[in-house]
Amino acid sequence: MSGDPCDRCEELIQDFLDRTLTDVEWREAEVHLSGCDYCARRYKFEESLRRYVRTSAAERMPPGLMDKLSELRGLDATA
Amino acid sequence: MQAPSSQRYGRRVSEPGPETEARRIASEARDRARFEEEALALADQVYRVARRLVGTREEAEDLVQETYARAFRSWKSFTPGTNLRAWLLRVLTNLNIDRGRKIQRTPQTQPLEETDYYLANKVASAAGEDALETDEVVERLSQDSIVKALADIPPQYRDAVVLVDIGDFTYADAAQILDVPIGTVMSRLHRGRRALKQHLAEEALG
Repeated sequence: MSGDPCDRCEELIQDFLDRTLTDVEWREAEVHLSGCDYCARRYKFEESLRRYVRTSAAERMPPGLMDKLSELRGLDATA
Repeated sequence: MQAPSSQRYGRRVSEPGPETEARRIASEARDRARFEEEALALADQVYRVARRLVGTREEAEDLVQETYARAFRSWKSFTPGTNLRAWLLRVLTNLNIDRGRKIQRTPQTQPLEETDYYLANKVASAAGEDALETDEVVERLSQDSIVKALADIPPQYRDAVVLVDIGDFTYADAAQILDVPIGTVMSRLHRGRRALKQHLAEEALG
Protein backbone atom coordinates (compact mmCIF):
# COMPACT_ATOMS: atom_id res chain seq x y z
CA MET A 1 0.00 0.00 0.00
CA SER A 2 1.41 3.32 -1.04
CA GLY A 3 1.01 6.65 0.73
CA ASP A 4 1.40 7.87 4.27
CA PRO A 5 1.68 5.00 6.77
CA CYS A 6 -0.47 6.91 9.29
CA ASP A 7 -3.26 7.22 6.71
CA ARG A 8 -2.98 3.51 6.16
CA CYS A 9 -3.12 2.88 9.89
CA GLU A 10 -6.18 5.09 10.20
CA GLU A 11 -7.79 2.98 7.52
CA LEU A 12 -7.09 -0.25 9.40
CA ILE A 13 -7.78 0.85 12.94
CA GLN A 14 -11.53 0.16 13.13
CA ASP A 15 -11.09 -3.34 11.76
CA PHE A 16 -8.16 -3.78 14.10
CA LEU A 17 -10.51 -3.06 17.01
CA ASP A 18 -13.12 -5.34 15.48
CA ARG A 19 -10.48 -8.06 15.10
CA THR A 20 -11.41 -8.56 11.50
CA LEU A 21 -8.09 -7.82 9.81
CA THR A 22 -6.23 -10.48 7.87
CA ASP A 23 -2.99 -11.71 9.46
CA VAL A 24 -0.96 -9.59 7.06
CA GLU A 25 -2.96 -6.43 7.80
CA TRP A 26 -2.91 -7.15 11.51
CA ARG A 27 0.86 -7.36 11.47
CA GLU A 28 1.07 -4.20 9.39
CA ALA A 29 -1.07 -2.27 11.88
CA GLU A 30 0.75 -3.71 14.87
CA VAL A 31 4.18 -2.80 13.55
CA HIS A 32 3.05 0.71 12.77
CA LEU A 33 1.30 1.23 16.11
CA SER A 34 4.34 0.06 18.06
CA GLY A 35 6.51 2.72 16.43
CA CYS A 36 4.13 5.64 15.96
CA ASP A 37 2.97 7.67 18.97
CA TYR A 38 0.54 9.66 16.89
CA CYS A 39 -1.40 6.56 15.84
CA ALA A 40 -0.91 4.71 19.14
CA ARG A 41 -2.63 7.56 21.02
CA ARG A 42 -5.46 7.59 18.54
CA TYR A 43 -5.80 3.86 18.82
CA LYS A 44 -6.10 4.19 22.60
CA PHE A 45 -8.69 6.91 22.15
CA GLU A 46 -10.77 4.86 19.72
CA GLU A 47 -10.67 1.91 22.08
CA SER A 48 -11.89 4.00 25.04
CA LEU A 49 -14.52 5.63 22.88
CA ARG A 50 -15.95 2.27 21.81
CA ARG A 51 -16.24 1.19 25.41
CA TYR A 52 -17.77 4.48 26.46
CA VAL A 53 -20.33 4.47 23.65
CA ARG A 54 -21.38 0.95 24.61
CA THR A 55 -21.90 1.78 28.28
CA SER A 56 -23.43 5.22 27.67
CA ALA A 57 -25.96 3.86 25.22
CA ALA A 58 -27.02 0.94 27.39
CA GLU A 59 -30.37 1.48 29.03
CA ARG A 60 -32.08 -1.01 31.26
CA MET A 61 -35.49 -2.38 30.49
CA PRO A 62 -38.25 -0.28 32.06
CA PRO A 63 -39.86 -1.90 35.09
CA GLY A 64 -43.01 -3.71 34.14
CA LEU A 65 -41.99 -4.61 30.62
CA MET A 66 -40.83 -8.06 31.64
CA ASP A 67 -44.26 -8.83 33.10
CA LYS A 68 -45.94 -7.67 29.92
CA LEU A 69 -43.67 -9.91 27.86
CA SER A 70 -44.29 -12.87 30.16
CA GLU A 71 -48.01 -12.44 29.68
CA LEU A 72 -47.55 -12.93 25.95
CA ARG A 73 -46.51 -16.55 26.49
CA GLY A 74 -48.78 -19.13 24.96
CA LEU A 75 -50.01 -16.83 22.18
CA ASP A 76 -51.83 -18.86 19.56
CA ALA A 77 -50.20 -18.97 16.14
CA THR A 78 -53.54 -18.22 14.52
CA ALA A 79 -54.43 -15.36 16.83
CA MET B 1 -34.40 -31.22 18.56
CA GLN B 2 -36.20 -34.18 17.10
CA ALA B 3 -38.00 -34.24 13.81
CA PRO B 4 -41.65 -33.23 14.07
CA SER B 5 -43.53 -36.19 15.44
CA SER B 6 -46.12 -36.14 12.68
CA GLN B 7 -43.33 -37.18 10.32
CA ARG B 8 -41.86 -39.77 12.62
CA TYR B 9 -45.13 -41.46 13.25
CA GLY B 10 -46.53 -41.11 9.76
CA ARG B 11 -49.96 -40.04 10.86
CA ARG B 12 -51.55 -40.63 7.50
CA VAL B 13 -50.60 -44.27 7.41
CA SER B 14 -51.53 -45.30 10.89
CA GLU B 15 -53.58 -42.99 13.05
CA PRO B 16 -51.79 -42.54 16.41
CA GLY B 17 -53.53 -43.80 19.46
CA PRO B 18 -54.66 -41.28 22.06
CA GLU B 19 -51.55 -41.94 24.18
CA THR B 20 -49.13 -41.16 21.36
CA GLU B 21 -51.03 -38.01 20.55
CA ALA B 22 -50.98 -36.95 24.18
CA ARG B 23 -47.23 -37.51 24.32
CA ARG B 24 -46.75 -35.44 21.18
CA ILE B 25 -48.75 -32.59 22.62
CA ALA B 26 -46.86 -32.71 25.90
CA SER B 27 -43.52 -32.73 24.13
CA GLU B 28 -44.49 -29.77 21.98
CA ALA B 29 -45.66 -27.87 25.04
CA ARG B 30 -42.28 -28.49 26.67
CA ASP B 31 -40.39 -27.28 23.59
CA ARG B 32 -42.55 -24.24 23.46
CA ALA B 33 -42.13 -23.43 27.13
CA ARG B 34 -38.36 -23.79 26.79
CA PHE B 35 -38.33 -21.45 23.79
CA GLU B 36 -40.37 -18.87 25.69
CA GLU B 37 -38.13 -19.09 28.71
CA GLU B 38 -34.96 -18.68 26.67
CA ALA B 39 -36.43 -15.77 24.73
CA LEU B 40 -37.54 -14.00 27.91
CA ALA B 41 -34.08 -14.41 29.40
CA LEU B 42 -32.78 -12.29 26.51
CA ALA B 43 -35.37 -9.53 26.90
CA ASP B 44 -33.01 -7.12 28.60
CA GLN B 45 -30.46 -7.44 25.81
CA VAL B 46 -33.14 -7.17 23.15
CA TYR B 47 -34.52 -4.04 24.78
CA ARG B 48 -31.08 -2.44 24.99
CA VAL B 49 -30.66 -2.73 21.22
CA ALA B 50 -34.27 -1.74 20.49
CA ARG B 51 -33.96 1.35 22.63
CA ARG B 52 -31.17 2.70 20.42
CA LEU B 53 -32.84 1.77 17.16
CA VAL B 54 -35.89 3.94 17.80
CA GLY B 55 -36.41 7.45 19.07
CA THR B 56 -38.24 7.04 22.35
CA ARG B 57 -38.56 4.67 25.29
CA GLU B 58 -42.28 4.15 24.54
CA GLU B 59 -41.52 3.13 20.97
CA ALA B 60 -38.86 0.75 22.16
CA GLU B 61 -41.27 -0.83 24.63
CA ASP B 62 -43.94 -1.24 21.94
CA LEU B 63 -41.45 -2.66 19.52
CA VAL B 64 -40.13 -5.21 22.01
CA GLN B 65 -43.67 -6.28 22.90
CA GLU B 66 -44.60 -6.68 19.24
CA THR B 67 -41.41 -8.64 18.73
CA TYR B 68 -42.16 -11.07 21.53
CA ALA B 69 -45.76 -11.43 20.43
CA ARG B 70 -44.61 -12.37 16.96
CA ALA B 71 -41.80 -14.57 18.25
CA PHE B 72 -44.11 -16.53 20.53
CA ARG B 73 -46.59 -17.05 17.72
CA SER B 74 -43.99 -18.24 15.27
CA TRP B 75 -41.66 -20.04 17.66
CA LYS B 76 -41.68 -23.14 15.46
CA SER B 77 -39.78 -21.30 12.77
CA PHE B 78 -36.79 -20.90 15.09
CA THR B 79 -34.17 -23.60 14.64
CA PRO B 80 -33.00 -24.76 18.08
CA GLY B 81 -29.25 -24.50 18.50
CA THR B 82 -28.97 -21.36 16.37
CA ASN B 83 -28.54 -17.85 17.76
CA LEU B 84 -31.84 -16.95 19.42
CA ARG B 85 -30.78 -13.38 20.23
CA ALA B 86 -30.01 -12.76 16.54
CA TRP B 87 -33.32 -14.38 15.57
CA LEU B 88 -35.25 -12.10 17.93
CA LEU B 89 -33.41 -9.04 16.65
CA ARG B 90 -34.21 -10.03 13.11
CA VAL B 91 -37.91 -10.16 13.99
CA LEU B 92 -37.50 -6.80 15.69
CA THR B 93 -35.68 -5.00 12.87
CA ASN B 94 -38.21 -6.32 10.35
CA LEU B 95 -41.04 -4.94 12.45
CA ASN B 96 -39.19 -1.68 12.83
CA ILE B 97 -38.65 -1.34 9.10
CA ASP B 98 -42.30 -2.30 8.46
CA ARG B 99 -43.35 0.55 10.69
CA GLY B 100 -41.56 2.73 8.20
CA ARG B 101 -39.54 4.28 10.97
CA LYS B 102 -42.24 6.91 10.95
CA ILE B 103 -41.66 8.81 14.11
CA GLN B 104 -37.92 9.05 14.07
CA ARG B 105 -35.79 12.09 13.94
CA THR B 106 -34.22 11.26 10.63
CA PRO B 107 -32.02 13.78 8.91
CA GLN B 108 -32.24 13.36 5.18
CA THR B 109 -28.76 14.66 4.61
CA GLN B 110 -25.86 12.30 4.19
CA PRO B 111 -23.13 12.75 6.74
CA LEU B 112 -19.94 14.30 5.55
CA GLU B 113 -17.21 11.80 5.00
CA GLU B 114 -14.89 12.66 7.79
CA THR B 115 -11.89 10.50 8.50
CA ASP B 116 -11.66 7.94 11.29
CA TYR B 117 -9.33 10.11 13.35
CA TYR B 118 -11.61 13.14 13.07
CA LEU B 119 -12.84 13.19 16.65
CA ALA B 120 -9.47 12.18 18.10
CA ASN B 121 -7.86 15.05 16.22
CA LYS B 122 -10.43 17.49 17.56
CA VAL B 123 -9.88 16.25 21.09
CA ALA B 124 -6.13 16.45 20.67
CA SER B 125 -6.27 20.04 19.52
CA ALA B 126 -8.58 20.98 22.39
CA ALA B 127 -6.91 19.03 25.20
CA GLY B 128 -3.49 18.07 23.91
CA GLU B 129 -2.02 14.93 22.41
CA ASP B 130 -1.40 13.29 25.77
CA ALA B 131 -5.08 13.53 26.68
CA LEU B 132 -5.84 10.89 24.07
CA GLU B 133 -4.11 8.29 26.18
CA THR B 134 -6.25 8.82 29.25
CA ASP B 135 -9.48 6.95 29.80
CA GLU B 136 -11.08 10.07 31.21
CA VAL B 137 -10.89 11.99 27.97
CA VAL B 138 -13.90 10.24 26.47
CA GLU B 139 -15.88 11.08 29.56
CA ARG B 140 -15.72 14.70 28.50
CA LEU B 141 -18.40 13.59 26.10
CA SER B 142 -21.61 13.36 28.08
CA GLN B 143 -23.75 10.25 27.91
CA ASP B 144 -26.56 12.40 26.57
CA SER B 145 -24.44 13.59 23.70
CA ILE B 146 -23.64 10.00 22.75
CA VAL B 147 -27.29 9.01 22.85
CA LYS B 148 -28.24 12.06 20.80
CA ALA B 149 -25.46 11.50 18.28
CA LEU B 150 -26.58 7.90 17.81
CA ALA B 151 -30.16 9.03 17.26
CA ASP B 152 -29.05 11.58 14.68
CA ILE B 153 -27.12 9.38 12.30
CA PRO B 154 -29.04 8.01 9.28
CA PRO B 155 -31.12 4.94 10.25
CA GLN B 156 -29.37 2.46 7.98
CA TYR B 157 -26.01 3.37 9.43
CA ARG B 158 -27.42 3.44 12.92
CA ASP B 159 -28.80 -0.10 12.61
CA ALA B 160 -25.32 -1.39 11.82
CA VAL B 161 -23.60 0.60 14.57
CA VAL B 162 -26.19 -0.34 17.19
CA LEU B 163 -26.13 -4.04 16.35
CA VAL B 164 -22.34 -4.33 16.29
CA ASP B 165 -21.14 -1.73 18.79
CA ILE B 166 -23.96 -1.91 21.33
CA GLY B 167 -25.50 -5.32 20.66
CA ASP B 168 -22.11 -7.01 20.22
CA PHE B 169 -23.23 -8.88 17.15
CA THR B 170 -20.66 -10.11 14.65
CA TYR B 171 -20.69 -8.67 11.13
CA ALA B 172 -22.17 -11.98 9.99
CA ASP B 173 -25.02 -11.88 12.51
CA ALA B 174 -25.72 -8.25 11.72
CA ALA B 175 -25.83 -9.10 8.01
CA GLN B 176 -28.38 -11.82 8.70
CA ILE B 177 -30.47 -9.62 10.96
CA LEU B 178 -30.56 -6.79 8.44
CA ASP B 179 -30.80 -9.15 5.47
CA VAL B 180 -27.98 -7.45 3.60
CA PRO B 181 -24.57 -8.73 2.45
CA ILE B 182 -21.75 -8.64 4.95
CA GLY B 183 -19.88 -6.04 2.89
CA THR B 184 -22.89 -3.73 3.19
CA VAL B 185 -22.84 -4.11 6.97
CA MET B 186 -19.15 -3.25 7.01
CA SER B 187 -19.51 -0.14 4.91
CA ARG B 188 -22.58 1.07 6.85
CA LEU B 189 -20.78 0.41 10.09
CA HIS B 190 -17.71 2.36 9.05
CA ARG B 191 -19.71 5.26 7.74
CA GLY B 192 -21.99 5.16 10.77
CA ARG B 193 -19.09 5.29 13.19
CA ARG B 194 -17.59 8.24 11.33
CA ALA B 195 -20.93 10.02 11.32
CA LEU B 196 -21.26 9.34 15.04
CA LYS B 197 -17.85 10.85 15.73
CA GLN B 198 -18.66 13.83 13.60
CA HIS B 199 -21.87 14.46 15.56
CA LEU B 200 -19.98 14.01 18.81
CA ALA B 201 -17.34 16.47 17.74
CA GLU B 202 -19.97 19.05 16.86
CA GLU B 203 -22.05 18.52 19.95
CA ALA B 204 -19.52 18.04 22.63
CA LEU B 205 -16.64 20.11 21.42
CA GLY B 206 -18.36 22.71 19.26
